[in-house]
Amino acid sequence: MSHILEVKGLTKRFGGLTAVNDVSFGVNEREILSVIGPNGAGKSTLFKLISSFLKPSAGEVTFRGERISNLAPHIAARKGVVRTFQETTIFRNMSVRDNVIVAHQLRARASLLGFFAGSAEARRDEVRFAESADEILSFLGLDAIRSELARNLPHGHLRALGIAIGLATTPTLLLLDEPFAGMNHDETMKAVAMVRKLRERGLTVLLVEHDMSAVMKISDRIVVLNFGEKIAEGTPAEIQNNQRVIEAYLGVEDEAIGL
Amino acid sequence: MTKKLIGLVVFLLAVFIAVPMLIAATGRTDLYYVFTSVALLSIASAGVWLTFFIGRINIGQGAYALMGGYVSAILIMYYGWSFWWTLPVAGIFCAAASILIGFPILRLRGVYFAMVTLILTEVMRLLALALPITNGAKGITSIPPPGPISLFGMTLVPDFATLQNPRIAFYYLSVMLMIACFAVLYRLVHSRIGHICMSLQQNEELASSIGVNIAALRVMAYAISSFFGGLSGAVFIGATQSIYPSSFTVTDSVNFMLNCFLGGLGYVFGPMLGTLVLYLGWNLLFSTGEFQLLIYSTAMIVLMLVLPNGLLSLGSFKRRG
Ligand SMILES: Nc1ncnc2c1ncn2[C@@H]1O[C@H](COP(=O)(O)OP(=O)(O)OP(=O)(O)O)[C@@H](O)[C@H]1O
Ligand SMILES: [Mg+2]
Repeated sequence: MSHILEVKGLTKRFGGLTAVNDVSFGVNEREILSVIGPNGAGKSTLFKLISSFLKPSAGEVTFRGERISNLAPHIAARKGVVRTFQETTIFRNMSVRDNVIVAHQLRARASLLGFFAGSAEARRDEVRFAESADEILSFLGLDAIRSELARNLPHGHLRALGIAIGLATTPTLLLLDEPFAGMNHDETMKAVAMVRKLRERGLTVLLVEHDMSAVMKISDRIVVLNFGEKIAEGTPAEIQNNQRVIEAYLGVEDEAIGL
Repeated sequence: MTKKLIGLVVFLLAVFIAVPMLIAATGRTDLYYVFTSVALLSIASAGVWLTFFIGRINIGQGAYALMGGYVSAILIMYYGWSFWWTLPVAGIFCAAASILIGFPILRLRGVYFAMVTLILTEVMRLLALALPITNGAKGITSIPPPGPISLFGMTLVPDFATLQNPRIAFYYLSVMLMIACFAVLYRLVHSRIGHICMSLQQNEELASSIGVNIAALRVMAYAISSFFGGLSGAVFIGATQSIYPSSFTVTDSVNFMLNCFLGGLGYVFGPMLGTLVLYLGWNLLFSTGEFQLLIYSTAMIVLMLVLPNGLLSLGSFKRRG
């Protein structure tokens, strides 16, 4: 089976520090693949490279056979590769619903001039965006808070809103950076179910996450980074028994990897 | 909807009927010059407001007002153009220049962008002093008043030179242009473009992750802003019939920005009200002589402390939530 995303020899140096070092792996269509590793291993940097927020020092990323590294982020998004942020990154001073509506930018058919003049096409776009935003909000269970100002939301909802914004762009490949951080057990279980539903919608999901029980439950495959290098790749069962992975995590906490 | 309509009608009645009647009743025709200035300066301030709207502090609008003024003056004096044609051309010239300048500098944020724009005003003044075509410190003077506009042999606008009181004509012209510019701004802000600009203002990284071409959008907003600046400068030199390197200085650039703060950054009509209050306030304080600047600055500081979101946040004037 050919991969939808191919990462080849990807390297990123920040001055003397090599944050991502010669990392290669492939992602299958409709797969949930998690990237794990200790703090500072280079996971977020890897995501920024894949979504074109950073330019690689070496190597490349291809998506559906097309090279997407070195593009501007909005072009990568247009091609269907969209990332959510590790921090709760949202439009703070807009309502929840407006956050999701504005994120439909990529689906606009009318031109900017059309939106300015209020053309028929633009009005149709507005209606479609509003409908789709409502659909996404109810999919993520956020309808009750849709008129709330985003900056007033509790943490768990902020994460969900970040994902809602990502979904509004109709991505093919969604990169979620620590989507379960700061959630309690129940919230995490709900979010895990939600990520599974994303896959049912046809999305391919790449996930960075520290919550190992969630990672083991949700992932088809796992890639492990340590000091910027890939040290293992395989199914959750393989990773849990991998000697190098255990060693990499030993310095941290024994139970961190769910052993 | 109807509330907005009533507001618009009241506004139109005030500027087109009440103000001229008031001036006629008091015989203070010099006030036309005051209100013309307010209208033109509020156009330039509207441009600054738009750059605030994409999250950039712009202290460089004086540069474009000066540039627009010189473009108009040079085209009229050296190339024999009609005043009317120089207006759009001055605006477009400034917009084009701002695209070239904006691409590199709009990447800067916060105080860095503000500093560069501040320097821009000074650079433009020095250019005007140095270039042969701008005639150095002597400036360009005796610019003829606007000629007539006729369409199919019908005179739509008479030759300003034949008018008994061209001040009134300039007042009407400026107010109409101001209304047109604010209408454009209002529509821009309330359309999807405005929402995208707001996304940019709140988080540029996230905006680009949802597919917004942030570099292009920033430059577009800045170009419109500079168009307003150039247009305002061009009409200004028509009204004063002269331009000097000191016609728009750093002080003006700062004032354009203060107008926006005072009126309210959250309101499209903030810069209009801010310009009116600041301009009239400054002139009313004229009689206080040496204390003018002191009183003025103190009043500004107090106002900003009491009303950090601008005069329009007083509520009853609220146009935009
Ligand atoms: N823009 C940057 N400039 C310099 N160094 C950077 C930059 N971004 C990341 N780094 C460094 O690269 C390394 C990898 O960082 P990265 O954020 O990718 O780690 P991470 O695996 O996501 O960690 P965490 O689990 O804490 O989120 C770190 O040492 C970090 O300090
Ligand atoms: Mg990270």
